[in-house]
Amino acid sequence: MSEQDQFDRRGFLKGSAAIAGGALLPTGFARAQSSKLRVGLMLPYTGTFAQLGIGVTNGFKLAVAEHGGKFGGREIEYFIVDDESNPGKAPENANKLIQRDKVDILIGSVHSGVSLGISKVARESGTLWIIPVSLANELTGPLCAPNIFRTSFSSWQTNYPLGKVLMERGHKKVVHITWNYVTGQENLAGFKEGYEKAGGKIIKELFVPFPQVEFQPLLTEIASIKPDAVVGWFAGAGAAKFLKDYQASGLKGKIPLFGSGYLTDGILEAVGDAAQGVETTFPYADDLDIKKDKAFRLAYVKAFKMQPDTATMLGYDTAQLFAAGVNAVKGDVANKKGMIKAMETAKIDSPRGVWHMSKAHNPVQDVYLRKVVGQENKMVSIAAKALADPARGCKA
Amino acid sequence: MNFSFFLIQLLNGMQYGLLLFLVASGLTLVFGIMGIINLAHGSFYMVGAYLAWWLAGMTGSLTAAILLGIPLTVILGMSLEWLLMRRLYGRDHLYQVLLTYGLILVLEETRSILWGDDVYGLKVPDMLNQSIALTENLSYPVYRLFISGVCLLLAAGLYVLIKHTRLGMMIRAGASNREMAQSLGINIKLVYTLVFALGVALAAFAGMINAPVSSVYPSMGNPVLIICFVIVVIGGIGSVKGAMAASILIGMADTFGQVLVPEVSGMIVYLLMAGLLVWRPEGLFSRI
Repeated sequence: MSEQDQFDRRGFLKGSAAIAGGALLPTGFARAQSSKLRVGLMLPYTGTFAQLGIGVTNGFKLAVAEHGGKFGGREIEYFIVDDESNPGKAPENANKLIQRDKVDILIGSVHSGVSLGISKVARESGTLWIIPVSLANELTGPLCAPNIFRTSFSSWQTNYPLGKVLMERGHKKVVHITWNYVTGQENLAGFKEGYEKAGGKIIKELFVPFPQVEFQPLLTEIASIKPDAVVGWFAGAGAAKFLKDYQASGLKGKIPLFGSGYLTDGILEAVGDAAQGVETTFPYADDLDIKKDKAFRLAYVKAFKMQPDTATMLGYDTAQLFAAGVNAVKGDVANKKGMIKAMETAKIDSPRGVWHMSKAHNPVQDVYLRKVVGQENKMVSIAAKALADPARGCKA
Repeated sequence: MNFSFFLIQLLNGMQYGLLLFLVASGLTLVFGIMGIINLAHGSFYMVGAYLAWWLAGMTGSLTAAILLGIPLTVILGMSLEWLLMRRLYGRDHLYQVLLTYGLILVLEETRSILWGDDVYGLKVPDMLNQSIALTENLSYPVYRLFISGVCLLLAAGLYVLIKHTRLGMMIRAGASNREMAQSLGINIKLVYTLVFALGVALAAFAGMINAPVSSVYPSMGNPVLIICFVIVVIGGIGSVKGAMAASILIGMADTFGQVLVPEVSGMIVYLLMAGLLVWRPEGLFSRI
């Protein structure tokens, strides 16, 4: 079947449906159109990051359900696009949601490249945009704008506090290892800044070509350097393999391993005991003594019959932030200024603890030091209280 | 880097190279003998890894999973050849690229439907789950050495199969002249089906045996595919001997590149390929 065929048939169906609907309920139809809030979700629903996209969506829907299905007195209509974690398609996908579907708010995405692709479109159209997951510093740095918010955290935020922790433990010389691409380098830079400020020294920076996962030569190199500790950043399957190789090479237990949160997030089941004792800094943990977190976890398990993770928490907060904006203007989303102001000043009661927006629209939040015990990232201490991203280059 | 660490890095390079050979050998067979550019080779590697994880979960043993998984992948390979590949032998390479690229998408999606998009870990069999201490703080996992041993055995097996058996003779005959071999009474269609199934099984077997080390995750075959093409091109298309030499060479280049010149380690293997191709455009060894 050709593209043309399909279009014609669909167009015909749509047309006849509209005529039928219009003939039956002319006024009701028009009113329903204007009264629903149009929420565009542009997230990965297939591929490596699919779990994260689904998690954000579920978290968002949980918060909506808790608000009785309505924000500012208006029901919500979803427009969903699978971004496939493909930065190349990002501007086109974002345009579809903004131009064709005329969404009141755009939510996306996970892959930093995709979010960077959305950024240009969102800055030009002025559509309200919330980034639920992407870590790239520049999104709330040089690319910041009044209509752009992030509910997760920057790479810098998850790495900077780690330096002080290491110095307090007496680890004065460390080796840093990561993938040689933008996010890896951002993680290294964030850690380096905090660590050197605390008086530590990175004696060697090791890089693995992205997305390779052959770590053996570099682990041998680490063994020959004998640093006080190793700091690493990998994510997903790469992190799982790194932790297993670290254990298999005999380094585990001899040279302590640290990292920023994604090193031990979402993979604990896959790595078995290889992750035990690894410590990371991250704005969320699995056993926080926070009332809201306990309620959130219970509600999530009840609604979706599975355990929540960081992505669901971020989706939940994204909805909370949006609700704060819409409620403040009583559903009148045309009042963009009013919404932005309300979102800027909102105190979000999040499962990770209460947070609010920085000037650059990135959460000012506590960063926890966590340790892997069993299948959980257990909180050890608060590594940094109310930490704000420096938002270098943000002029808005 | 002192001498003992230099030796360990040599071992690392050798071990990585042998693993690459295991995946690349199937690709070079299919490419060299059948003339098929099989982009889905990496996906078969992924299928193998997921099969190992799935079957090991059901049977409780990796050995059993591999023994069950190999016939399954042979059947998969034979049916794919019979249903799809067979139609493309006479055609341009572009059709093969399109078909096998389509296969990547189909296999990925099937994997997603059957097994989901999670990362899974697989335990190393207890018997092999040990390490040998090399220095005061470094030890070498026995399972990695075991993989190397299996790769060497398999390489020897392939060599004997192609050079010293009747089937190997038919394969070589078919590779050099399909029509002539056919008119001499060789059932060339069957030979091709077998070779393709062997290629699929080799890739899947590499995925299975490597699953405990690499973990099992979506699109894990893609990076493998790229490096395998590099090996096949350097080694000489269709040459198993060449694939072996090129694998070890790439393993060493990658290992020492990462340690000695970390800034450009991502490019080293490609620079090596470019250099070698200038020197020997047909690869290190040409043809079987």
